[in-house]
Amino acid sequence: MNPFDVLIVGGGIIGAVTARALSEYDLSLGILEKASDVGTGSTKGNSAIVHAGFDPVTGTLKARLNRIGNETLEPLCRALHVPFRRNGSLVVAFTPQDRLELERLLDRGRQNGIPKLALLDADALHALEPALAPNAVAALHAPTGGIFGPYELTVACAEVAVANGARLLTDCRVVGIRPDPAGEPAPDGARFTVTARTHARDGSLVEETYRARFVLDAAGVFADDVAALAGDARLSIRPRKGEYLLLDKRQGTLVSHTVFQAPGPMGKGVLVSPTVDGNLLIGPTAVDQDDKEDTATTAEGLAYVLAQARRSVPALDTSAVLTSFAGLRAVSSGHDFVLEESPVVKGLVLAAGIESPGLVSSPAIADRLVAVLADAGLPLVRRADVRMDRDEPVRFRELDDAARARLIARDPCYGHVLCRCERVTEGEVVDAIRRPAGARDLDAVKRRTRAGMGRCQSGFCLPRVLEVLSRELAAEEETLTKKGPGSSLVDGRIR
Amino acid sequence: MSAAVHERFVDVAVIGGGPAGLSAATNARRAGAARVLVVERDVRVGGILPQCIHAGFGLHEFGTDLTGPEYADRWTAAAAEAGVEVLLDTMVLSLGPDPDGGGLLLSAVGPSTGVLHLHAAAVVLAMGCRERTRGALNIPGDRPAGIYTAGTAQRLTNLEGLMPGRRIVILGSGDIGLIMARRLTLEGAQVIAVLEVLPYAGGLTRNVVQCLDDFGIPLRLSTTVVRIQGREHLEGVVTARVDADRRPIPGTELEIPCDTLLLSVGLIPENELSRDAGIPLDPATGGAVVDETLETALPGVFACGNALHVHDLVDYVSEEAAAAGKSAALHARAVSDAASGALRADPASAPAAAPVASSAPVRLASGPGVRTVVPQHLRRAAAAGLPLVDEVKVRFRIAAVFGACTLRLTAVSADGTRAVLATARRRRAVPGEMEDLGLKGPALAAARAAASIEVSVEGDAHG
Ligand SMILES: Cc1cc2nc3c(=O)[nH]c(=O)nc-3n(C[C@H](O)[C@H](O)[C@H](O)COP(=O)(O)OP(=O)(O)OC[C@H]3O[C@@H](n4cnc5c(N)ncnc54)[C@H](O)[C@@H]3O)c2cc1C
Ligand SMILES: Cc1cc2nc3c(=O)[nH]c(=O)nc-3n(C[C@H](O)[C@H](O)[C@H](O)COP(=O)(O)OP(=O)(O)OC[C@H]3O[C@@H](n4cnc5c(N)ncnc54)[C@H](O)[C@@H]3O)c2cc1C
Repeated sequence: MNPFDVLIVGGGIIGAVTARALSEYDLSLGILEKASDVGTGSTKGNSAIVHAGFDPVTGTLKARLNRIGNETLEPLCRALHVPFRRNGSLVVAFTPQDRLELERLLDRGRQNGIPKLALLDADALHALEPALAPNAVAALHAPTGGIFGPYELTVACAEVAVANGARLLTDCRVVGIRPDPAGEPAPDGARFTVTARTHARDGSLVEETYRARFVLDAAGVFADDVAALAGDARLSIRPRKGEYLLLDKRQGTLVSHTVFQAPGPMGKGVLVSPTVDGNLLIGPTAVDQDDKEDTATTAEGLAYVLAQARRSVPALDTSAVLTSFAGLRAVSSGHDFVLEESPVVKGLVLAAGIESPGLVSSPAIADRLVAVLADAGLPLVRRADVRMDRDEPVRFRELDDAARARLIARDPCYGHVLCRCERVTEGEVVDAIRRPAGARDLDAVKRRTRAGMGRCQSGFCLPRVLEVLSRELAAEEETLTKKGPGSSLVDGRIR
Repeated sequence: MSAAVHERFVDVAVIGGGPAGLSAATNARRAGAARVLVVERDVRVGGILPQCIHAGFGLHEFGTDLTGPEYADRWTAAAAEAGVEVLLDTMVLSLGPDPDGGGLLLSAVGPSTGVLHLHAAAVVLAMGCRERTRGALNIPGDRPAGIYTAGTAQRLTNLEGLMPGRRIVILGSGDIGLIMARRLTLEGAQVIAVLEVLPYAGGLTRNVVQCLDDFGIPLRLSTTVVRIQGREHLEGVVTARVDADRRPIPGTELEIPCDTLLLSVGLIPENELSRDAGIPLDPATGGAVVDETLETALPGVFACGNALHVHDLVDYVSEEAAAAGKSAALHARAVSDAASGALRADPASAPAAAPVASSAPVRLASGPGVRTVVPQHLRRAAAAGLPLVDEVKVRFRIAAVFGACTLRLTAVSADGTRAVLATARRRRAVPGEMEDLGLKGPALAAARAAASIEVSVEGDAHG
């Protein structure tokens, strides 16, 4: 097989946005992702906040790329039809001590070049957000703060990259990266042999090898392990869990801004924010752990989140909880993004330590990674035949009746509402499966269409989505999964 | 199909073709409504019944023990005979006052229906209910495959022929969970235990006996699941005993390996449409606030069945829905009479508007020991074209298990004087079984004259 010019390890937001950026050039690209879908790592379990940029330490990559990303993320989301809303953010102070903290953040924000920051007094604050606790005394207002859909962007970018010719290999865990011996240029021009483990049809594990000129390590919390596979053992990444609760849309308008708490001796505080889909999100906790795959929520974590969120918004209705989830921050020992060619292994490019503000910075990180690759010798020749945007997916629930009628006349599948809570039609599910980098399991359909994300949490639509997946993938329903190998939904047929 | 929005006009539109919808529509026709249309989102009528292949339906209504599908068939035939029209594979997406007239407007979609704007003089809400989920319980842990609500598992098993799993724990002792315990045992699965956070079973006593006891399946009361284990697929649950406030007691944790967790932790009336239409809901029932004609606060809109409040027996659903259908037919007639001028002479008749009453309606309130009451209001006087009903059934659920007890409706007058309107004695009463008390004749007249009515239960509560 021909070698890949760039083999990206990890299909999180960083891998996907970078893959899209690289797909503009005449390159052969591969993305290896261990999960059954893109965007299921940290990219799935986070606050989804477009940070304004007053928080990172001045002078760091985080500070710079956050500021740039805050501007460039919006046009990227618009081009790809990914939900984005600049709802503004507030950091709320409850004590005089907190107030000093706000002033420190304001200062830092100004140094970081963040526009339009302002301190609000209690009256202005409560006029803006009436549901805030009466004892909130002041706030730092950042109008450029926003919210967006991180995995929607990841899926969209993967889709563009695949449409432009990139190969996406899911259920493909990289377990070996062997650089060719130095001084012996291989006939295929590649430098690495990459071994990945995948499930065969019968469920057994098999290994495949790939050749690559450049390896881009975008493996999130595993970036240190992946770099070590290639021979660069300098990195150390420690997972830090953050737990969240997602509340019903009835609670989605309780606040309109993203409400942070002033950081204090108690920690960074808990945020209360609307989501782009109209739900309310509260969290996260921050607890260090060793396990890089443990994203279970805990009784203590969830209780903490609820109690803290109530401090900001006392009227919060805890009976409106839809679900809970957790994500892992990739905390690096240097506390800044690592975006460089490995000084130890030539051709290995690192995207490591991408903790918050990794989402908002992602377009800027991708640009920087493209530049790093070019500096390392990757030739970038623009292609004429590529398309960097995509067709807008139908969102039935947002259409008016006239538009719905036209759509159903064109394809009756759009008249069949599969998910009653989020009003997702069969047509949307079919489209999510058929698109490049399409859905292969229940959770992938859910992330693309929202089918199953509503009040009934897929009780109603699950059998119906299974039917469509089975038909579209020509697979028996018993073989379908929630999220890839090992997560089968049913145990055989009756009789 | 044309790409235009279709328009249709009917007297009574019924949302949902379950037992409630079928009975409401049939009885609307019987009460004289000319054009009655049931809109059902599924490809068949019957609501939840087609997946309830066990017996236990129709004992009251037909005096014989039927399966769910058989019960549904009887009502489907009755509806057809009465001249009810059914529109399948069509989901109602919105409801509100008709901007082009005094009636109501529904918007519905379906693959062959396209987009339909349905204009109706009266509407019956019969959307049924949905199941409470893991999120509502806030169980921490992983999010693996293998966790289903009991109704979803029932659909998979009985309609799709798919086996949810082999080693099963059921959380919640609602009827659906009990029935699924038996069903899956019969299919060869091992049901390890049914757990219930309350000190008593949630479902009907007969179901506890026939579905658990007869199969030797343990029911563990005052017990809940405190943690889910398994990253890809469920591998086990951690259970714990709970104290009187339903808080897990540390030290009582028990790990149970299993591949499936079924949740049977309650039903919630389906009222997205009603809520979006601005119809006030009762937080206790989760359904619309109604008067004795089952009319909601949006004039011309009536509610019944599980969309109004969760029932345990389908027979009572049919009975309640019949009343809603009849009220809807009367309302539709009043609207059309008004439109044709028959009632024009009477200046007080504003047919599409709220019932004209001499003053605010009488409120029915949950008193001691009672959790939910339907209806929540009683009319004081007739409105034009809408005579007062001469018999009212008050349905309610009690809040705890009672031994010997007395159920009571008490009229409370403006000065606080109390007068008992109706009573019934029970040797035992449980929250899992809906109670009712009737009002007619002088008692009903006294009720309509009261300031409010209290529904209460008196006796020994067992927690
Ligand atoms: C609690 C929390 C809150 C956050 N809030 C925000 C916020 O509000 N705003 C913001 O801008 N940022 C936020 N972040 C940060 C943001 O989520 C991350 O910066 C971003 O998701 C990192 O993306 P990634 O692609 O690097 O990592 P990931 O999304 O984790 O992707 C890495 C991928 O690599 C795959 N992988 C790993 N090892 C291998 C292997 N050996 N072979 C193949 N594939 C492999 C993984 O399966 C995964 O899909 C938050 C993070 C957390 C945890
Ligand atoms: C698992 C289970 C076991 C049961 N066992 C027994 C038993 O043994 N004996 C007994 O007497 N009772 C039993 N019952 C109770 C009985 O089935 C219910 O009380 C009865 O089905 C409620 O009728 P319904 O019409 O209100 O709701 P449903 O039966 O739920 O019907 C509602 C209908 O409305 C439709 N609908 C909803 N929204 C829309 C919309 N927007 N547009 C169009 N259509 C819509 C739905 O598709 C559905 O068909 C059981 C119930 C369940 C769930």
